[in-house]
Amino acid sequence: MADVVSLLAEHGDDAKPLAGGQSLVPMLAMRLTRFEHIVDLNRVGELFGVTADNGAVRIAAMTRQAAVETDATVAHRVPLLHLATPHIGHFQIRNRGTIGGSVAHADPASEYPAVMLALDGTAEIASASGTREVPAAEFFESTFMTAVAPDELLVALRFSAWDQQAGFAFDEIARRSGDFALAGAAVGIGTDAAGRINRAAVGMLGVGPTPLRASSVEAALMGLAAADADPHEIGRLAADDMDPIGDVHASADYRRRAGSTLVGRVLAGALAQLTQEAHNG
Amino acid sequence: MADQISLSMTVNGRTRRGAAEPRLTLADFLREQALCTGVHLGCEHGVCGSCTVLMDGEAVRSCLLFAVQADGAHITTVEGLAPDDETLHPVQEAFRDCHGLQCGFCTPGFVVSVAAFLEANPDPSDDEIRHGIAGNLCRCTGYQGIVAATRQAAAVLKGEGQ
Ligand SMILES: Cc1cc2nc3c(=O)[nH]c(=O)nc-3n(C[C@H](O)[C@H](O)[C@H](O)COP(=O)(O)OP(=O)(O)OC[C@H]3O[C@@H](n4cnc5c(N)ncnc54)[C@H](O)[C@@H]3O)c2cc1C
Ligand code: FES
Ligand code: FES
Repeated sequence: MADVVSLLAEHGDDAKPLAGGQSLVPMLAMRLTRFEHIVDLNRVGELFGVTADNGAVRIAAMTRQAAVETDATVAHRVPLLHLATPHIGHFQIRNRGTIGGSVAHADPASEYPAVMLALDGTAEIASASGTREVPAAEFFESTFMTAVAPDELLVALRFSAWDQQAGFAFDEIARRSGDFALAGAAVGIGTDAAGRINRAAVGMLGVGPTPLRASSVEAALMGLAAADADPHEIGRLAADDMDPIGDVHASADYRRRAGSTLVGRVLAGALAQLTQEAHNG
Repeated sequence: MADQISLSMTVNGRTRRGAAEPRLTLADFLREQALCTGVHLGCEHGVCGSCTVLMDGEAVRSCLLFAVQADGAHITTVEGLAPDDETLHPVQEAFRDCHGLQCGFCTPGFVVSVAAFLEANPDPSDDEIRHGIAGNLCRCTGYQGIVAATRQAAAVLKGEGQ
């Protein structure tokens, strides 16, 4: 890894790290971009793997999406990532594509960035001059732009596990299975011992220039008794938190309406899981 | 920049040594140097699936890998699925039986993908089959025959595995 960051320091803008290549190589093939130097991360062992330590789960940047999908620690401690992964492309894509690549690429219609934002994940970033940590809220700057500078490497993502009673759900609307989503939602709801909502995390994809949080929805949920919350009513508030653009796949208006209906539906899923958990004790 | 890098990989059980420019794709290497012309190139940007091969047992897009990245790897193309030239792999057999192909352009990618899919999920529902083949595009068949072929291959492979 030291070699990688020194290469990036030496070549700056002319060099680009290559992770799974599932976004970078298509861009090169279509001549949308070109780089003098490509730094292949695929043989850098320390960039692979999932580890858990006091309450946090650390996923190294080169961990393949397929490995995230089947990892027991992720399924147990960061369920939203587990639920979101099958929605990424196809299994052939997930065999190569990496979590770090998805997040560094920062496609606003991508699943992992929205999950990272919803869960307040942290990015570990390294350069020749050291490492730093950037919270998700400051990571996604604009479409395809992140806090990772050209001479920096995204090393890992960190997620703190939820220690309260919680329910999670993820879903999206796509024209065909495996396509990039027109709109998607990642929801986590946590409650205190009395069943009142004390943490609400609602991430959205495909409805703005970056992944977004539905802050109006989160604010409306806080303090409510989970059993009394009307997910469809509250989900509608998400329309105010979106900034969609229209394209050939769907108009801005469609994305806003379908997106906020979807937020309600995913919220209902998370709440249902929560009540089920409460019943099972 | 365009220096040739020497490399060695196992293609369909045989060691292949060669040299490639760093940006030569694995697909081009397999077609032009290993002469595995069953690796078809439809889109060359990851969408169509016709270039799918197994790299160390996993289905991947060979148009999105550079040949040098496969140095030391085991590659299986459609040519290497069956044990010998006289035999068809059960997935190939099923595609023939169920009209899973017309022009055949997409077929190698489907066959390799379906073989990998059934290895991971030997007893899929129809819904799972449709998800499993979603990463491959076919412009001829309308997919019904491909779904039927996948179903037949699953049954045959299960039977033989017992
Ligand atoms: C047919 C198809 C369908 C797809 N569908 C989806 C989908 O539905 N949802 C989805 O989210 N994605 C989808 N993808 C994209 C896929 O998930 C990519 O794998 C992912 O977006 C990028 O990850 P990668 O590891 O392949 O990165 P690469 O393509 O190798 O890199 C992407 C970018 O990130 C940079 N980068 C990568 N790793 C690092 C690092 N550690 N530090 C700094 N910079 C880094 C690279 O320099 C490059 O700019 C699809 C791709 C294809 C081909
Ligand atoms: S040629 Fe590789 S996916 Fe189309
Ligand atoms: S048989 Fe012609 S593309 Fe599939």
